Amino acid sequence: MIRVEVGPADFDIGAESAKVAGQGGGAISSFVGQVRDDGNLETLELEHYPAMTQKALLEIAETARSKWSLHAITIVHRVGKLTVGDNIVLVVTGSDHREAAIESCSFIMDRLKTVAPFWKKETRIDGKTKWIEERASDVEASEKWNA
Amino acid sequence: MDRSIKIVYFAWVRERLGLEEENIAIGGGVKTISDVLDVLKNRSDTYADIFSDVEKLRFALDQDYGLPASEIGAAQELAIFPPVTGG
Repeated sequence: MIRVEVGPADFDIGAESAKVAGQGGGAISSFVGQVRDDGNLETLELEHYPAMTQKALLEIAETARSKWSLHAITIVHRVGKLTVGDNIVLVVTGSDHREAAIESCSFIMDRLKTVAPFWKKETRIDGKTKWIEERASDVEASEKWNA
Repeated sequence: MDRSIKIVYFAWVRERLGLEEENIAIGGGVKTISDVLDVLKNRSDTYADIFSDVEKLRFALDQDYGLPASEIGAAQELAIFPPVTGG
């Protein structure tokens, strides 16, 4: 079934995959997004719109379930202050076949990046801060699923 | 009819305003998100700077995405924020 979790706590990829696998099917796909090491990053802060986040993620999961035959979907997204190498996001999908599991996992990530109300702010080692801007390639990746 | 609507701000919009949320009074002529933006832009130069370029902003009415032309109807909460960057 669909499970969506948003909060500061880290997640256990193995445990989350096992929970999805336990709900049937022979194909489990997962994606983990982490804070990238690009040299001088001190912290990455994730803000969200609590009243809307859960709803937006559930809608994405429901859409995935209507497009592919899936036994289970798990989406976990962290908020708060993170540092290089920390986990940010986890998506796990379970299906009878690999194509549905992999494609739906990819779809959920593409949509999440352009629809779910999260914002990233980076603080550099020299103290400078910057809000990350939307990437055109993310918008294109999300729109290709409409075709 | 006059009423008020709660506006919530996120990311750099929140930071530049120095405000997470506020209630504003809106008159009967305020029908769309764009109309609300006009009310906000009239408040000060800071507001005008932030809300003039709608291409840089996204909107949600009662937690569903809307466009500047969207009617606010009976919505209780308007969120204004930059394009999202999660994941």
